[in-house]
This record gives sequence, structure tokens and C-alpha cells, in this order.
Amino acid sequence: MTGTFVGMPSFPAFPAFPEAAREAVGDGVLRANLRHATHTIRDKRARAVAELADWDRLRAAGKAVKDHTLRHLDRYLLQLEESVTAAGGTVHWAADADEANRIVTGLVLATGHREVVKVKSMATQEIGLNEALEAAGIAAYETDLAELIVQLGHDRPSHILVPAIHRNRAEIREIFAAEMGRWGRPAPDGLGDDPRELAEAARLHLREKFLRAKVAVSGANFMVAETGTMVVFESEGNGRMCLTLPETLISVVGIEKVVPTFRDLEIFLQTLPRSSTAERMNPYTTMWTGLGPSRGADGDGPSAFHLVLLDNGRTDTLADEVGRQALRCIRCSACLNVCPVYERAGGHAYGSVYPGPIGAILSPQLRGTGSEIDASLPYASTLCGACYEVCPVAIDIPEVLVHLRERVAQGGPVTREGVRVRIRPAHGHTAERAAMRAARLLLDRPAALRAGERLLARARRLRPRRLPGPGRAWTDARDLPELPPEPFRDWWARERGGRA
Amino acid sequence: MSSRDRILGRIRRAVADGAPDPAVPRDYFQVHGTRTPAQTADLLAANLAEYRAKVHRVDEDGLAPLLMRLLAARGAQTVLVPPALPPYWLSAADPTRIHDRAVSTAGELDRVDSVVTGCALAIAETGTIVLDGGPEQGRRRITLVPDHHICVVRVPGQVVDSVPQALRRLDPTRPLTWISGPSATSDIELDRVEGVHGPRTLEVVLLTGPAE
Repeated sequence: MTGTFVGMPSFPAFPAFPEAAREAVGDGVLRANLRHATHTIRDKRARAVAELADWDRLRAAGKAVKDHTLRHLDRYLLQLEESVTAAGGTVHWAADADEANRIVTGLVLATGHREVVKVKSMATQEIGLNEALEAAGIAAYETDLAELIVQLGHDRPSHILVPAIHRNRAEIREIFAAEMGRWGRPAPDGLGDDPRELAEAARLHLREKFLRAKVAVSGANFMVAETGTMVVFESEGNGRMCLTLPETLISVVGIEKVVPTFRDLEIFLQTLPRSSTAERMNPYTTMWTGLGPSRGADGDGPSAFHLVLLDNGRTDTLADEVGRQALRCIRCSACLNVCPVYERAGGHAYGSVYPGPIGAILSPQLRGTGSEIDASLPYASTLCGACYEVCPVAIDIPEVLVHLRERVAQGGPVTREGVRVRIRPAHGHTAERAAMRAARLLLDRPAALRAGERLLARARRLRPRRLPGPGRAWTDARDLPELPPEPFRDWWARERGGRA
Repeated sequence: MSSRDRILGRIRRAVADGAPDPAVPRDYFQVHGTRTPAQTADLLAANLAEYRAKVHRVDEDGLAPLLMRLLAARGAQTVLVPPALPPYWLSAADPTRIHDRAVSTAGELDRVDSVVTGCALAIAETGTIVLDGGPEQGRRRITLVPDHHICVVRVPGQVVDSVPQALRRLDPTRPLTWISGPSATSDIELDRVEGVHGPRTLEVVLLTGPAE
């Protein structure tokens, strides 16, 4: 793995899911780390959810708020722009990753400062902001503990909520001891691998950055159209540090994060923490509205606030009648923690900052299905449905997976960059379609089918373990089934032939 | 065409299929269960403690001596004070009072031992205190940088049962900080560790007694 984090635009270079997953499944340490973490959190989450007798109602309400907002997204974004502006903030619109990166880079350069502290944000990872800032000579420091582990480890995040879930304490100790000194305050001598000690090392390392930072970059969990209020959920206090101490705050937020009213937050303040960290409430939530009533004059919070509204494939996703429900996602990551595929393959195999079941439907919609990895993601699932069960906004992930599989295999109409186009079936599905045509031919001719079956039954000892030719991919991951000694229809005719 | 117009145009075309526009069902509970004010205070105390906040209960007469003891036990030499903290709260305390002023830098705040504030309200069902930058609470940064935060909650006046009740009482134009237990992380093997960047020790004083 190279030292640079690979942002969303470069991801199509990633191998298809089956290849990436095969490597991960063979890594015993990785599988143990993932298993420990996902099982810990899924049991806790079930208890936290069971505390609320009205969970299903909260879930239905959250779904409806999001669907209603998406239906009128233009109206709510305009209202949000007006509210944020009235409260002293500045709103920018970015159609894609490049434009968002240009806007943020320009805003940082205009401050005259060359370093920024960052609150963990999926949107800025999606657009590869850190690399864009680096190219402009700006150092971006991740301040969430897990993001720090990923950044110092020259690694990629592998989980939405706990990006370093694939690392155990011993690995984290190694990373801190080797890398902290290159970025600032080194890890203390004789650093052990107790989580408490590791967290303390991160505290000391990051504190000097917080106290001198003049510019911060964040995302947001929610934006309220009615009031212009931005909301960030977090646990460690790094979010509060970045959101209140610097002079300039730049928030990059996907357009689907808007909700109509302040009251709507009462739903998500109950469902998000319980679904993600399995807590009644996360330790810290910060809400700010522009520059506040005093417009930053009393030094309470930044004196400049910029909101960058990000499209980057979201409007294309909105144009898909089945797939648009993915935009309801509140990034809780509950679906990752229950997924049998994620648990074994890990987050990196998904080739995106959005791994797991939600990633399997979000990435191919945001980026299109043109690359190998994106065309393979709808198949990275057993369709067991556990992800739908736990989703706090009731995204029917299996339904979208099947829809996207059809799109990949058959082609059809999609919207790319706002334009309606018809895509062709993805490469690699030609053999499958040929096999289906051959099957239809055979099934339409009972005599030919019967002759073929008998021939196969007699040759069953010669059955290879793997298929040759185009069938090989199928047996890469499966053993070829055993053939019965005689065809079922022969058996039926022999045993039950005389009866009705 | 500006990106603003381009994005808005794409949205309008995307939903031109006449997607369903569901009404939002608000039949979820406004409060979970029925409690007396005393039971609500007990639940708040229990939930705060479960997330590792230290909870103290005291009446008006006992407040100043309690705060003195808490600061002394901590060995605090200096304590940050919001602009309108009632003077009698700290009348028995020894530490030097540092007043919250706009000119004080983050570095200066970092050298202060403790901070004492009031709150906007507290939520029993989740064990949360909410600050809104009011005169008894001061700026956001003073409850963030020092390592020890003592927060006084008036019971029952400032205590609500649930999140929906809390939102109805809060002003969204004010900066709001929701605090549930001290700073914590679960990033290493999902083991919860208290104390990262925010105050590592949170003490909540539930203050009962006659209203002022």
C-alpha cells in the first residue's frame, strides 16, 4: 500500500470484489480483528435498540423524513442556503469532487494558513480532499483516533464508523511508535498496547495541533433547512476542538444530509447513536447555526463559516427510482456489523470509502458501474437481508442489490452527470447470457434434455472438480456439485411411473 | 450555468417521475414511560453514571461546600468561571478564579485545572446534559479544553425526560453542545476508553432545593 490515501476518483483502479475479498479471507489476523469487533458491537446494538419500545415507529418516521426531503430536495437546499447565509455563513455548491476540492483548497489558501485539522468525514474522504490539499501544499491532519491510526499507518479506512477496525492494539502500538514523530509530537518511550495508553498518546500528539489550528474542515451528520443548523455527532472531543477553536470552519456536506425542521432531529438523535455505537447517546454532539447570534464577535466559535454542498453523483442516484433510497443513509454502519460478507472480507475489498452492504449499493450508484470493482459490488452479498433488518431508515438494501445486478447484467437506462443514457451490459456477463440462451434451447427440447442427462449420469465418475472455459469463474469459488447416478425424471418414471 | 443551477436542475429532473411524498408519521413516543420527577432525577443519575460521569446530589445549602470539596480533591489551583455563575456556588472554594474572556487563548485555557458551569437542560432517558452558551455556561471552549468539568443541573427545573422534550426547549440559533458522559473512544478493538480530547473527568451535580 502506498503512503497516499486513495480517494474515490481513483478507486475504479481497484480489483473486482472477488479478487480483493479472496486475499482478505486468507488473512487470519484480519478475520479475527473483524470478527471480534463486529460481534461486540452487534450484540450491544441489539440491547440499545430493544430499550426503545417505539423503535419501529422511529424507524418509519426517519424513513419518511428522508423520503419527503429527497422528494423536495431543491426546495430544502434553497431554504438551507437562505438560513445559513442569514446566520452569517457562506454557501458554495459543488457538482463533483474536483469542484469541491477546488473550492476548499481556495478557501484554505485565502486564509494564508497551510495546515488544517479535520473532523472525520465520509464526504471529504469520498472526494479525496486530503490529497488535493496536499497537492496545494496544505497539510491536513485527521483528528479522530481511528482516522489518525489510518493516516499514520499509510492505510485506508475499512469501516464507516471505526475506520481502523481491521487493526488490533499491537498493530496500533507499532504504528504510533514508528510514525507519530514524523508528524509532530512522538509517542512516549516504552509505549504499551493498552487502549488507555494508546488513547493518551493520541491525546498528547493531537493536542498541540488543536491548540494552534486556525482552519478546520468537517462534514456534518445533518443540516436543518428551517434554521441553518449544522449537526456533528462524535465521541472523543476532537470534533468539538475542530468546530470551536479555529478561526475558519469549512464543512463539506452531501446534499442528501438536509432535513426540513429542527424538530426532525428528535428522530435521528435517538436512532443514530443506538444504531452506530450502540449507545443511548454519543458522548458529544455539536450544533451550530452560521456564526451564531453574536456572529463570532465574542470569540465563541469560528469567525468565518463556509458550507460546501456536494453533489458528486447524488443527483444521479436520486434519478433512479429503486436506487434512490440509498440516499436515506445516515452512515450509522449497523449494516456493516451484521453482514456475513463484510465480516469475512473486510472493508478494503469494497474498493470505496463506503464499504459493506451500504457501500455495495452506494458506490456503484455514485460512481456508475463502468469499472470492474463497481460492476462487481452488487454481487458482494448473500442477500440474507440482515442489513435491511437493522437499518434505522429502512433502506431495502437487498432490493437495490438485485436492481443493480439487473442493471449490470442487462444494461438499461441510467442518469450520469444529469444526463439520461443507456448503458450496455457489463463485460463478463456475456458468457452468463450465452449459458442462459443455451439452457433455454435445451429446456424447450425434452428429448435432447433427457439424452443429455443420461449421458451425464453415466459419465459421472469423470466429473472434474472445476469447469473449464467460461464456466471456470463459477467454480473458482465453489465445488462443482456431484451428479446423481440417474436423472430425476428416470427415477420418477421407475418409482412412481404407474401412479398419478 | 452555475453548479448551483446545475444541481438544482438535476434534482428537479430526477424527481419528475412523481415519486411518492410520504407524510411523516409522528406516532413515536414523546417520552418513554411515566415517571415522577424524583424517578426522572434517579434515571438521569443512573444513566450519567453508566457512562462514567461522577454524579453528586446536594441541596442549596450544601452546594458551596460540595464544590469546594470536589475542587480540593482534584488538587485544582485554578478554576474557569462563566460570566454569570452565581457567586455563592464558589464562595467556599479556594482556587483562583479565571474569568472566561474572548481574548483568552486556547493555550491559556489549557493551563486551567477545572471549570464549573450550569447547563441549559439535562435529559434523563439518555443521560445527557446540554449547554447553549448561556451566561451560566460561557463559551463552548471553556467546557472543552480543561480536563475537569463540574456541571450543575437544577432539579427538577432543568431536567426533561426525553430527547423530543429537550428539542422543544432549546433555541437552535444558539450554539448547542450535548454531553453524555466524559470524552470517550471505542476506536481500538471497540473497547470503550474514557478520556481523549475533551475533559476526561465529568462531574454532574444534581442541585435540589427551593427555586431562586
